[in-house]
Amino acid sequence: MHQYIFDNYTKNDKSSLIPIMQEVQSVYGYLPEKVMKEVSGYVGLPLSRIYGVATFYNMFRLAPLGENIIKVCRGTACHVKNSANLLFAIENTLGIKAGETTKDRKFTIELVNCIGACSIAPVITVNDDYHGRITTKDIPSIIKKYSGKQKAAGIEKAEEAGTV
Amino acid sequence: MNTFLEKCCDECWHSKERPCDLFIRCASEGPLCHHNQSCRDKFIHLNNRMLYIEQDIPIIFIGMGTCGLASGAQKVEDAIRAEVEKLQIDVKIEATGCIGFCAREVIVDVKLPGEARVSYYEITPKIVSKLIQSTIIEKDIFTEKLLGAHEPHSKGIKLLNDDPFFKHQVKIVLKECGVINPVSIDAYIARGGFSAFDKALRRMKPEEVVREVLQSGLRGRGGAGFPTGRKWEMALKQKSAHKYMVCNADEGDPGAFMDRSVLESDPFRVVEGMLIAGYAIGASDGYIYCRAEYPLAIERLEKTINQCKEYSLLGDNILNSDFSFNLKIKKGAGAFVCGEETALIASIEGKRGMPKPRPPFPAIAGLFGMPTIINNVETLANVASIIGKGAEWFSGMGTEKSKGTKVFALSGKIRNTGLVEVPMGTTLNKVVFDIGGGIPGGKRFKAVQIGGPSGGCLPESVIETKVDYESLKDVGAMMGSGGFVVMDQDTCMVDLAKYFLTFIQNESCGKCVPCREGTKRMLEIIERIPTSYRFTKEKTDQLQRYKGMITLQRLASVIRDTSLCGLGQSAPNPVLSGLQYFRDEYEEHLYERKCSSGVCKELLVYTVDNSKCTGCGVCVRKCSDQAILGEKGHAHYIVEEKCIKCGMCFEACRFDAIVIN
Repeated sequence: MHQYIFDNYTKNDKSSLIPIMQEVQSVYGYLPEKVMKEVSGYVGLPLSRIYGVATFYNMFRLAPLGENIIKVCRGTACHVKNSANLLFAIENTLGIKAGETTKDRKFTIELVNCIGACSIAPVITVNDDYHGRITTKDIPSIIKKYSGKQKAAGIEKAEEAGTV
Repeated sequence: MNTFLEKCCDECWHSKERPCDLFIRCASEGPLCHHNQSCRDKFIHLNNRMLYIEQDIPIIFIGMGTCGLASGAQKVEDAIRAEVEKLQIDVKIEATGCIGFCAREVIVDVKLPGEARVSYYEITPKIVSKLIQSTIIEKDIFTEKLLGAHEPHSKGIKLLNDDPFFKHQVKIVLKECGVINPVSIDAYIARGGFSAFDKALRRMKPEEVVREVLQSGLRGRGGAGFPTGRKWEMALKQKSAHKYMVCNADEGDPGAFMDRSVLESDPFRVVEGMLIAGYAIGASDGYIYCRAEYPLAIERLEKTINQCKEYSLLGDNILNSDFSFNLKIKKGAGAFVCGEETALIASIEGKRGMPKPRPPFPAIAGLFGMPTIINNVETLANVASIIGKGAEWFSGMGTEKSKGTKVFALSGKIRNTGLVEVPMGTTLNKVVFDIGGGIPGGKRFKAVQIGGPSGGCLPESVIETKVDYESLKDVGAMMGSGGFVVMDQDTCMVDLAKYFLTFIQNESCGKCVPCREGTKRMLEIIERIPTSYRFTKEKTDQLQRYKGMITLQRLASVIRDTSLCGLGQSAPNPVLSGLQYFRDEYEEHLYERKCSSGVCKELLVYTVDNSKCTGCGVCVRKCSDQAILGEKGHAHYIVEEKCIKCGMCFEACRFDAIVIN
């Protein structure tokens, strides 16, 4: 199911490594080892180099994420407007720390340096929805809104492919 | 004719395969190859339609940049569509970018045929029907949420440019942002777009273009302020079969969002800048390295590039000339250090984004070993205006060494958050109070943080400083990419220094020791300042706290002098500027063990005001460590030894009964 990704890139083009990894991640939600071995063969780089790149950039994940990804912006403007408290409230509500996923795999909390929506700070995004100018009081209702959602497409696909 | 690509009649032969060199001029003055009044009329009509001078039905513009969307622009658009459907009226709905007044989003403009365009602020789905009723049905003004008219209006309402937020601004880069449809190449061409590139391509030699930019005094807007013309000159002199032009849109500086806004609201301006730069240095390939955190900007850039290809403005033999230029988008993967030139190059090459020592400079050996020029989005957005209007016009603005304008992203504790573009040399005071509207909630101005993690915090005593590269450096900050975060009395400077150091520490690539180890040690020193006795395990911690402060200054200077790249060299700036201007605050934390801003949690003491507490028990439920005792209906008590100072009780209390000392 990820084979089509390779069609857009020439074989052994080392500079296409990051775009390929980005596409793989958009399919599975993370970088499965099995797929990375194929990528390694395709771009002509050892797996160790790919691991190096994957761990260098904040974007890449080596483990599957929850269905809903809560990104808490930790930019300067959000920090000044108390995003630390926001994060604390989210962590308390879900019972996990930033970077972790809840046991039922419903939520993952991620920190992001800045999402560029500083004018409506503090901001969090859940999946692709922005929630700006929020306070800790808004957290329970936001989380509740997403609790009932179905499984994210990426995880379902990964389960089908047997890579989880 | 609905687009400039359509033929006015059979005599026009312009196509993607066989482009006409007069295409751009033809769009505004056409047709040039034959005389025919009806063809001329077609061009005039198309231009007027694109400029919204001619229209049959009302047009509704909705500001749909990221900040607009985050404020609910999509819901507003849906509501407007539903409303016009219900009322069975014909209107055109046009999505624009961001006009910069983010505090007042969602901004909706209404333009009736033959009337001036009027902006309205803070439009929500609830008031959409009122807005449409009064503006389109009654053809009146919706005074409740009136922001201003773009041009003089027949009803004599106030102009947008008279609003204090817009009055002091001079817009070059942001000129069309929020005004035009960002994904329509025709709208851009009708406003004189690509005419500067056309001028450079057909009437100027590459050397002349470089000279023009050099004379304009344009300096890099991404941070260091290196003269753009000098950079180009270096690359132009290189004899190489292949050269690259890269646009740095990896806006990693937390608190800056002007590049995102320009890419979302006026992407063609950036592409035109890249075309001119590519022509000037003789590059045949270009990359736009954009953060993956900006999905909307990437989507709009993709559309932009496709349209340019369709119009033969990108690709081989552009406009039938010898100049070929291909443009690709590379998505960043979330690394702050990739804003540094050599790290960015490594990232495009598919490697870990680690900087390299310079020289050789990228202009000599950069991407894939070829001469490469890397310019920031805002820098490139200036280029078309410089070539179009001349170096003299540009250098007429600004100060002696800093020419033109600078865009700042106003955020933090300021009333009018958003993007502002001011001439270089404007004072900080003017930006904060005249344009920004001052501090909300009757709070006191404390400092403004300029330049992100590489910059510094400037207090009230230097608020008359002019914004230009040198003046800001003299007072201990730097221009950076233009983040402008305002802080009031509730912001703790020690906490802020800790925040920036944590950021730098996380983002340090780990290649050189001073940055990797030095920032870590520095962070440890700063982290020790606001820790309480109660939470420390080692008995020597108190001693370590003083010792750290003694060595802090020296450590900072070693990191600054010996780091490999700009990230490390500027890493101590937030701490140094903090020590310079807010020493008393550091000392208060150290000696008196308190944080008067009420931010450093471990130094706070939470108590219950017995006279206000109703004993409702909300705080007891919120407290994660069972530190609050008390019976229902009676005043509660906080056990200090158990309290972890999370502040949840303070947030939860509806009677203001929790007091922080």
